[in-house]
Amino acid sequence: MKRLLVALMALAVLTSSVGLFAAPKATNGGKVLTIYVWNDEFQTRFKDYFEKAGLVPKDVKVNFVVTPNQDNAYQNKLDEALLNQDKAAANDKIDIFLVEADYALKYVNTDSTLDVFKDIGITKKDTEQMYKYTMDIMTNSKGVLKGVSWQACPGGLIYRRSVAKDVLGTDDPAKVQEALGTWDKFDAAAATAKAKGYFMVSGYDDTYRIFSDNAKSPWVDKSGKIQIDASIMRWIDMTKTYTDKGYNNKASLWSPESAAGAGKDGKVFTYFGPGWFIDFCLAGWTKADSKGPDALGNGSYGDWAFCKGPQGFSWGGTWLCAAAGTDNKDLVKAVMLKLTCNKETLVSIAKQKGDFTNNAAAMAEVAKSDYKNAFLGGQNHVNFFLDSAKSIDRSNMTIYDQGMTEEIQKAFKDYFDGKVTKDKALENFYTAILEKYPNLKK
Amino acid sequence: MARTRKRGVDYSRWGYFFIAPFFIIYTVCSLIPLASTFYNSLFESYRVGLTQVGPNYVGLDNFAKIFTDSKIHVYALNTLILWICNFIPQIAVSLLLAVWFSSSSMRLKGQQFFKTVIYMPNLIMAASFAMLFFALFSDGGPVNSILLNAGLAKDPIRFLSRVDWTRTLICAMNFLMWFGNTTILLMSGIMGIDVSLFEAARIDGASPTQSFFKITMPLLLPIFAYVFITSMIGGIQMFDVPQILTNGNGSPDRTSMTLIMFLNKHLASRNFGLAGAVSVLVFTVTGALSLVLYRAMMSRYSLKGSSN
Repeated sequence: MKRLLVALMALAVLTSSVGLFAAPKATNGGKVLTIYVWNDEFQTRFKDYFEKAGLVPKDVKVNFVVTPNQDNAYQNKLDEALLNQDKAAANDKIDIFLVEADYALKYVNTDSTLDVFKDIGITKKDTEQMYKYTMDIMTNSKGVLKGVSWQACPGGLIYRRSVAKDVLGTDDPAKVQEALGTWDKFDAAAATAKAKGYFMVSGYDDTYRIFSDNAKSPWVDKSGKIQIDASIMRWIDMTKTYTDKGYNNKASLWSPESAAGAGKDGKVFTYFGPGWFIDFCLAGWTKADSKGPDALGNGSYGDWAFCKGPQGFSWGGTWLCAAAGTDNKDLVKAVMLKLTCNKETLVSIAKQKGDFTNNAAAMAEVAKSDYKNAFLGGQNHVNFFLDSAKSIDRSNMTIYDQGMTEEIQKAFKDYFDGKVTKDKALENFYTAILEKYPNLKK
Repeated sequence: MARTRKRGVDYSRWGYFFIAPFFIIYTVCSLIPLASTFYNSLFESYRVGLTQVGPNYVGLDNFAKIFTDSKIHVYALNTLILWICNFIPQIAVSLLLAVWFSSSSMRLKGQQFFKTVIYMPNLIMAASFAMLFFALFSDGGPVNSILLNAGLAKDPIRFLSRVDWTRTLICAMNFLMWFGNTTILLMSGIMGIDVSLFEAARIDGASPTQSFFKITMPLLLPIFAYVFITSMIGGIQMFDVPQILTNGNGSPDRTSMTLIMFLNKHLASRNFGLAGAVSVLVFTVTGALSLVLYRAMMSRYSLKGSSN
């Protein structure tokens, strides 16, 4: 018995030490391509434009690890995995992970992400058509590019054509833009819409991104003090007014109520969002039969149009980062080249998925083409985005943006609901933030 | 000497071998984590982004911080309210059902069926149960459609934006989940009481109420104390239902945030120092309350009668 035990222990020590010393650091030839994501947006693009093109080697399995974004769940899971990357078994090592604008910086300034040029081998020429801001965000303090994206995210106003005819007397994007071009005009139209039984916006958080993106100061200053920009306060005051006057449907973003507002019997006039919001969110919500055709007559599909709206903004964006320690470097390079640098792919994504893609030449081509977005009633909306995409400036980003966004929306929901005073909501916001980020100061 | 040693196998030692697995597992899975919680509560240790801050020894600072910066008394009160408002109806209904089910004079039919049915909600995971209620009572959910269509409400009732409704829903869910379990525990207690006592009381002309208060309750006391204390511990540790129902926020205005939800908030930011301090406080309060309640309840239960 004792001898057996000793033998077992010796064996265990032997195998673990062999494991420690003999593991070669392979950077290529991994049999599993592990990709961390929070939804299936990238997954479908990967399948449609990479896998179907036959670019995945036969002996490689693609493994998507999906964790929802909400409440930092995705980040926590990703952090855990990145910190364990060295110890993880070859097949569990992360090869690619996706990051969103709200927390991209957290990963840009760490050693967990690889240099897109030097480590991966993508050239400056490959990225020359990318919109500058998408690269600025992913460039660390030493000037190293740490990630690339297939999309650029200038946002605009998406409105329901039939309601526009009723409220404004027209559904022509240029004329609607004229009628809703400033916040004062927007407020006036909201009153008319309310009188006719519509809601100007869906709920509390729908206009948030316009104001947060136009904020003049970052959420946290250099000393770690939380600062709430005047633009955010404007969102709070406007939303309170809209709620009290009944201009919105009191829905929270991503709630079933918000989605229903865009459906066949929905009464919501406008939504705000960039390309991915139109295609990945709104279009699905409008269809009465989710498996039915993407055509007019299926719910409110096709009864929508797009214009710039009262104020330009950008929202979100997804970047691909190569994880340090990947054992599939060449494959990662192929994915990045095909899905973020290849003009043909990006033209197809724009035309087939309605996404605004991260390639100025591709977008110029689509804007000039006879491309018609079925969801937007045949409108070629890319034109509206062309200029705003170039002027996006995200220099105010911090690593705390997702937490700040979620917590301020949660805290002020009580205020909009009339449950607490503004000061109390502010206090609750600070409480929640300091729980989430104990290093910050009020 | 040698002969006696061979013959007299010492069986008493086997007892230790048999109970050893429990103690080993308990030490590894419970005792060591418990001790490390105490240890962690003395350090500043959290993560910002991918950077780990600490652990730095800070003494009792975490405890001081909890009492000065956070509203722990509010969360404690929330927890108490949420527990009381489900425990009182729960114990009342469970006692009634337990007495009925075990009564020799009533002989209810279909007992097995009802016992199974009332236990059922406990088989569903609290999380899915809360998700179900979340969907049912959302602003555009089925309950609101029914109310609107039946003309019982003009506008949808925004259940989860109201303090009273949110708390009521949480209590209702906890009640539904646990009253079956409590009924079965109490019933086993009642069935342990000598039937002849009830029969004697009936022959002597005692009413059902009298025999409940004079016989059932006094003799049920140990089981009752057990149910009470375990339910209280469960109540202090309550988080699953409100966590899912309110998305972890204890909304509106943190009025349904329980102590453990508060703890979870710190765990989400991997703030093991503050989370440890909250855990230690909850542990201390739970231990103290259990001890006091047990003493208070059992002081009225005399073992003299049954030992003879």
